[in-house]
Amino acid sequence: MNEARNPDSVSAQLLKRAAPARADFEDLVIVPVLAVIVALVLGAVIMLATGVSLPIIGRSFVALFVGSVGSLNAISETLTSAAPLTLAGLGIALGFRAGMFNIGAEGQVIMGGLAAVIVGFSFPGLPMVIHLPLALLAGALVGALWAAIAGWLRATTGAHEVITTIMLNLISVKLLDYLLRMPWIQRPGRADPISKSVLPNAELPRLLDWLDPTLRVHAGIVLVVLAVLFVWWLLFRSTIGFEFRASGLNPDAARYAGMRSGLIIVLVMALAGALAGLAGANQVLGVLGRASPNFSGGVGFDAIAVALLGRSHPVGVLLAGLLFGALQAGARQMQVSAGVSLDLIAIIQALIIIFMAAPILMRAVFSFAFQKPAGR
Amino acid sequence: MAVTDTSPSAPAAIGFARRRQTLIIGWLLLALAVFVAFVFALPVTGDASFRLAFPGDAFSMPNLVVPAAPYAWVVAAVLAFFGVRQFLPGASRWSGLLFGIGLLLAVTPFLTWATAGKSFSLTGMLQATIVRAVPIALGGLAGVLSERVAVVNIAIEGMLLAGAFTGAVVGSLLGGTGGLVAAVLVGGAFGLLLAALVVTYRVDQIIAGVAINLLVLGLTSYVSSQVLTHYRELNNAPVFKAVNIPFLSDLPVIGPVLFQHNIFVYGALIMVAIATYYLFHTASGLRARAVGEHPEAADTLGINVYRIRYINVTLAGMAAGFGGAWFTLGSVGRFDENMTNGRGYIGLAAMIFGRWHPVGALMAALVFGFADSLQQKLAILRTPIPAEFLAMAPYIATIVLVAGLIGRARPPAADGKPYVKE
Repeated sequence: MNEARNPDSVSAQLLKRAAPARADFEDLVIVPVLAVIVALVLGAVIMLATGVSLPIIGRSFVALFVGSVGSLNAISETLTSAAPLTLAGLGIALGFRAGMFNIGAEGQVIMGGLAAVIVGFSFPGLPMVIHLPLALLAGALVGALWAAIAGWLRATTGAHEVITTIMLNLISVKLLDYLLRMPWIQRPGRADPISKSVLPNAELPRLLDWLDPTLRVHAGIVLVVLAVLFVWWLLFRSTIGFEFRASGLNPDAARYAGMRSGLIIVLVMALAGALAGLAGANQVLGVLGRASPNFSGGVGFDAIAVALLGRSHPVGVLLAGLLFGALQAGARQMQVSAGVSLDLIAIIQALIIIFMAAPILMRAVFSFAFQKPAGR
Repeated sequence: MAVTDTSPSAPAAIGFARRRQTLIIGWLLLALAVFVAFVFALPVTGDASFRLAFPGDAFSMPNLVVPAAPYAWVVAAVLAFFGVRQFLPGASRWSGLLFGIGLLLAVTPFLTWATAGKSFSLTGMLQATIVRAVPIALGGLAGVLSERVAVVNIAIEGMLLAGAFTGAVVGSLLGGTGGLVAAVLVGGAFGLLLAALVVTYRVDQIIAGVAINLLVLGLTSYVSSQVLTHYRELNNAPVFKAVNIPFLSDLPVIGPVLFQHNIFVYGALIMVAIATYYLFHTASGLRARAVGEHPEAADTLGINVYRIRYINVTLAGMAAGFGGAWFTLGSVGRFDENMTNGRGYIGLAAMIFGRWHPVGALMAALVFGFADSLQQKLAILRTPIPAEFLAMAPYIATIVLVAGLIGRARPPAADGKPYVKE
């Protein structure tokens, strides 16, 4: 299962540093754009196959567009959906760069979000300048610890992170179900598993509610911008980031060069978990206001697609996160105004992952868009 | 000692690791003994009575009545003996086996503790164990078939879900048998897709698996909310009835547990047998394993690596499709969104537990099935242990196993690596 270490593998190619050349332009621009277009077209084909008439398909694509960028409210919804995807996607991208395959973002989002909620409803009377950062920090910390379990096991015993993170995902779901029924977490007077509400001082403030109280965009997007800058600095301007990338490209060479591979693995996982935990905190403190089963809503899995689409580059992840946020915001509009199920977007996202991960397929099908492989 | 040897020779290192492992197992067994004594033996009074027969069975069996506290004391003593045995010379040979027996033994006082003063149907629970093990065993079998040719199969979950969905829809249209055949074919199609992605287009195997899972989840959820909610008759498949094996099904206890099931249970057992024979006793099975261990060498000997990977991963998909059909055609008859609910990942864990062997995967699936049915029964018995923790147990056990506490499970050597023909 040492896929990520094989220099020929796609993930290794994904980790390749960008250099200004035609091949990289193809890799960074043409493949992603084609992947999105083909996935949307196939989405239309699937709608057609399930008996949706052509005018309604047209209406749903219009709704997809209008619902994502067509109005101030739509843009606000896009940004709101993009924030957790980008944060968790940054964490997964960081893992890719260091050769770690972190499937566990979903569990880290859950644990981080739950921790943020617990801090968020405890400590009444704290001023906002302390309470909000404390809640965010709790989310990041618990997410980091949860992910570090997988990193630590990988570093000390060689247990593959794909298996351990999948198991940690499943455990976190059960743990959430259990904890939500604890009397000190469950909302008083409710029999279903639902947490108390986050106190106003721990909520991420809405940014545009002075314009219109329904605009949901909140201060989480500031967090996203900061996280993008931080990850960019970390990867490309710091020593530890260099070590991350070196271990991702060739772990043996990195070890011979004196880098402490075990420490790097644990650190990468912890940072990835912190970012995913922040994504969870962002959701509960900015949008939901409480935790319930499935509050993560698959953000951790969609974030894998975001990281792939963004080619594991912080700026690319931001753009991919915005695109996926737009897709999700648009899909809600599509469901309301065209009556096409929201789940269509899940299909489109999965197709995007497949096409992004299979550049050979894209080159074979759309040979006109690519340079001929010069005797490779 | 005049010369300090800082690098112990390989056998010495192995011996040291094994001794250390034996000691760890010894401490674990002792801890288990103490736990059983203090939790299951000390506070318990009363008898646990297990019902062995269903009302209306051919042979009526008396209830099995166990005095809870004395029984738990006996088990604690046996566990303590096993534990102490690990610290005596010559222990390492038997440590793994004794640990396994110890774990199984430790479950029984848990049952008597939970049942003390009440009664519950042991036969019913064992029967449920077998039934619930079916999709996990078939998922594990799918994992074995594809990982033996070095293709990591994260997509088992998606293949199960695809099988469940197809079984429900085609089963509603054409009847159970048609639905089952279609589910197997669709499972095989997703196996073929996985093979095409990872073999021909050299997509990262884990990414391909995750993508297929998301794709199947999206497709089935979309069609189910877009179409099936409006056409209910498309989601109302007949359920396969239990087939009693003549004579054998009338045996007390064993009959209901093993021989009163529908075709999914028998099918799973037969498929595990066939897969074992195929992998370990036929020439093509040998070729498949060679491709998984050393594709370059296999290629040099004239084996078509790509073709073998295609065939085996497609077969894996078909096994998973059959297992997926269990959720609808073998159980409830209707499809619900994401109804496999992580069973495919447990199948993956069962494959690791079973050390990449079909029979091992089946055994591991039985353990998971037992945990699953126990969780259901505990809700009835109202024990203080939260059901969620019991549900977590298989996942935690998997992490412990993968972390290599109990014996190293070795995957096929080339597992996960794409093969690029020179």
